[in-house]
Amino acid sequence: MIESLFTAQVLLGILTSGIRLATPYLYAGIGETFGQRSGVLNLGVEGQMLLGAFAAFYAVRQTGNLWLGLLAAILVGGLMGLAMAFVSVTLRAKQGISGIGFFLFGLGMSDLLFQTLLGTVQTVSGFRPLAIPLLSRIPVLGPVFFNQSFLVYAAYLLVPIANYVMNHTTLGLKIRAVGENPEAADSLGVSVSRVRYFTVTLGGVFSGLAGASLSIALLNVFQQGMTSGLGFIAVALVYFGGWRVWGVLAGSLLFSMVNALQLWVQVLGLPIPSEFAVMMPYVLTIVALVVAVQRVRPPTALTKPFVREG
Amino acid sequence: MNKLSKLAVMILLLALAVSACAPAATPASPTAPPAAEPTDVPVEAAEPFRVAVVTPSANNDLAFSQSIHDAIVLVQAAMGGPENMQYVISESMFVVDDAGAAIRDYASQGYDLVIAHGSQYGGVLQEIAPDFPDISFAWGTTVDTFGIPNVFAYEARSEEGGYVNGIIAAALTESNVVGVVGPIETGDAKLYVDGFVAGVNAGNADAQVNANWIGSFGDVALASEAAQTHVGAGADVMAGTAQMVVGAIGVAKDNGILWLGTQASQTALAPEIVVVNQIYDWSGIILEIIDLIGQGTLGGQSFEITLENGGLYMEYNPDFDLPADVRALADETVQGIIDGSINVLP
Amino acid sequence: MRRRGKISLSSPIIDAFLPVIATLAALLVGAVMLLALGANPIVAYTALIDGAFGSVNSLADTLVRATPLLFVGLGICIAFRGGVINIGGEGQFVAGAISGTVVALALPEGPALIVVPLSFLVGALGGAIWGGIPGVLKARFNVNEILSTVMMNQIAVQGMNFLLLGALIDPIQLERASRIPQTARISPAFSLPRLVPTRLHLGTLIAVVMAVLVYILLWRTTLGYRIRAVGLNPDASRYAGINVSRHVALSMALSGALAGLAGVIQVFGVNFRVFTDGSAAGFTGSAGFHGIVAALFGQLHPLGTIPAAFFFGGLLVGANRLQRTVQVPAALITSLNGLVVVFVVSTELWRQQRARRRAGENALQSEGAGESKTVHQGWDDASAVASRIPDRETSV
Repeated sequence: MIESLFTAQVLLGILTSGIRLATPYLYAGIGETFGQRSGVLNLGVEGQMLLGAFAAFYAVRQTGNLWLGLLAAILVGGLMGLAMAFVSVTLRAKQGISGIGFFLFGLGMSDLLFQTLLGTVQTVSGFRPLAIPLLSRIPVLGPVFFNQSFLVYAAYLLVPIANYVMNHTTLGLKIRAVGENPEAADSLGVSVSRVRYFTVTLGGVFSGLAGASLSIALLNVFQQGMTSGLGFIAVALVYFGGWRVWGVLAGSLLFSMVNALQLWVQVLGLPIPSEFAVMMPYVLTIVALVVAVQRVRPPTALTKPFVREG
Repeated sequence: MNKLSKLAVMILLLALAVSACAPAATPASPTAPPAAEPTDVPVEAAEPFRVAVVTPSANNDLAFSQSIHDAIVLVQAAMGGPENMQYVISESMFVVDDAGAAIRDYASQGYDLVIAHGSQYGGVLQEIAPDFPDISFAWGTTVDTFGIPNVFAYEARSEEGGYVNGIIAAALTESNVVGVVGPIETGDAKLYVDGFVAGVNAGNADAQVNANWIGSFGDVALASEAAQTHVGAGADVMAGTAQMVVGAIGVAKDNGILWLGTQASQTALAPEIVVVNQIYDWSGIILEIIDLIGQGTLGGQSFEITLENGGLYMEYNPDFDLPADVRALADETVQGIIDGSINVLP
Repeated sequence: MRRRGKISLSSPIIDAFLPVIATLAALLVGAVMLLALGANPIVAYTALIDGAFGSVNSLADTLVRATPLLFVGLGICIAFRGGVINIGGEGQFVAGAISGTVVALALPEGPALIVVPLSFLVGALGGAIWGGIPGVLKARFNVNEILSTVMMNQIAVQGMNFLLLGALIDPIQLERASRIPQTARISPAFSLPRLVPTRLHLGTLIAVVMAVLVYILLWRTTLGYRIRAVGLNPDASRYAGINVSRHVALSMALSGALAGLAGVIQVFGVNFRVFTDGSAAGFTGSAGFHGIVAALFGQLHPLGTIPAAFFFGGLLVGANRLQRTVQVPAALITSLNGLVVVFVVSTELWRQQRARRRAGENALQSEGAGESKTVHQGWDDASAVASRIPDRETSV
């Protein structure tokens, strides 16, 4: 029976699903990576995603303009990020707990706005799959990789860009310096709080986009709490990736592919209880880390508010 | 301390900024009917009948919780409006402890009927109900009252409409592959899926039904991907149950795949592809329960909504052009279930 | 190396006013939201206070809600002091509740005085195993505990769904074909005694005693000293001959044991069975997360966690009463709780300044002051410092 998994139809199905499912993890995970590399842990990703998802959905619902929807998600996500930055950088609040606070706020607020402004579950016509000329014609794999929606392409384009910014630009150097040794960065004239304000706000923007990728591209609906823990998985995947953008990509793809696999396992009627099928991505993510023992260490100043001495 | 006062001002400003924005952003309209004044005065005949409902998800979830909310609104209208029947709700009480507190609180405020709309509330209800022997409780969905004298039980024989939907799916599928998405294998979700599978198998021996349990009532994204998996497996008709299926309906819509709904009307989400919905209408049994309470019976009876008693009915999407023979087949099946010639889950 | 706990004990009491002011500020924002929804904030907040603290019954409800938060919070104190971040409380709570309940269900006729403590022990063990796995994974394989505990929570939920729909389902549910995923009810003889004629049960008292025990463990025993040393400075601890990996795994396991105890006591004191709605929160009430909030509000001090859990439990209970009284969407309550958390945690800067000033004063009087200063930086230091541990440590 297990061999029924290894047909072209199933493998391509898993690949396509995995690529799609990984999209929100990529946005949120990359955003979180920037924050953590500069020393700020944001556990509020889930709340930012929900508010971003709602903002995008509502804007599209009102105006019919998808780009305004994206703008709304960016603005709302950015505002949430800015608030997180204010609380964790300026007010030096404990980051883990303030993140949980922002998560609860976003969870409740997006629901409240949904109930007062929309009242019931509705749909929008979001970003449609966009076949890339020529590339999408490649036999077999073309439709898998090159017939996705704009926000999916953008998520994967973000990976090399984010990696370049982080590792090959002055900005990236500043971010890493602030996360590793804020005192030294400060003495060299880098404003620790300005860098952290930037990364945490950017993280909020990306979380907002992650939400928008669900509400106006992949699902085209908004429902209360629709992210359903996705934001927390995204944070976990940053650890999986060892604070490297490529690692986040690997983690997102692994988690999503296994999730797609378990759906197929059920569809093919393999004799595995559905609960165990659903467990698979969570178990395998841990197993993958056990097998490939990592030697990375977190940014030294992670979760430590910076206080300039003297 | 200088910095301290500066911060105080900052926080105040932040608070004011939020205060200034909030009223403009949200219209000042209450989303729920005004609360009944909590009183300890015993209810007299002249006073309105007071109903309190506790639901696990939002009352606009297009599914389970909405079905009871819609029913109570119907009952309220049937009884002559809020003057005769007052209705309060605590929705999204997915934390069972909180639900328990709400049930206890409404009971101690002397509500005439407290409805615990969730099978997971059974345990707490079993602890609470004996403390309020004069209050009537209703608990759904469950097959019986488990021996508590002041509790009514209600359930949906969702497998009946599931079977009808299965027959329709079997008639409409061209690929002979049908997909169904469920949350976890329990309650009316399991009944519905079982009925659906039985219906497809009865209607078309060549058709294959793929079922996907995504392990969650809330994960819209995973429900959507489960539907994508069905599409990948060649399904051209799909069904699903619980509130997260809105994600699956979107996929059906994008791929031009027919959708068969249940619990509440899902037509508005995708008028192009929704064929029919099995609607839960609890209003009949709630009126019956209210009658019984009026006669002094506070519980001990179980109710079912079925196709026969009209608590379940098939609502066809007027915008969907269902072939007449399929419609006739469906009506025949409904009739067969009602008169007992069709045994849905033998 | 015994120190007097006076300084660290008194400071949270003085600091208690900061959270109160912050809460009031959050409620002020909430008032505007209430107005926008057409509800009267004065009526609403009267209901909140009344629902949380207004009567004997309300107080009992608050204490019942606070009990699991306190247990989980105490576990969080140990873990964070030991330098590991445990956000797996939800899964450990579930693991503890199930394993403890199995004992009670297997021995329905046994004497309560034996069965109940045995169930608690097994429940704590279940939680310890569920928490210990991420601990060992961290110590042995450098698997970050934030990642593994998030994943372990999901695994626990699916495991619970599997068991409650299968091996552990109440036989009566199978018999009557309703298949509600819950265990049978434990024997009434095993229910924890009620303290007053309310829902308040013995578990609350056990939690408070446990808080004192955890305090003693952390500040009066060699083991506790080592756990804290590892949390504060793993390198120095290693040079001092402490087996860092073992203590990392141990503090995770102890933390899990307390969350497991929260679960089993929730069964024996409140629900009398385990049930699932498909997620964890339906059964746990999100105690695994709220417990973190309680512990951090309590400055990661076991005794500080007592009032913090009480306060947060009261907020949860009272806010629900508010919803019922003015009939606003329950979502308002969630966002209000979030605002309170954000506002309260934002007082950190002032608290630090106060602590620094106090430390400055105390430094003149006693040598213990140095510790009281570092001790209060629990989360900040612990998380960053300890996540580096396994990097250089390979043997367990």
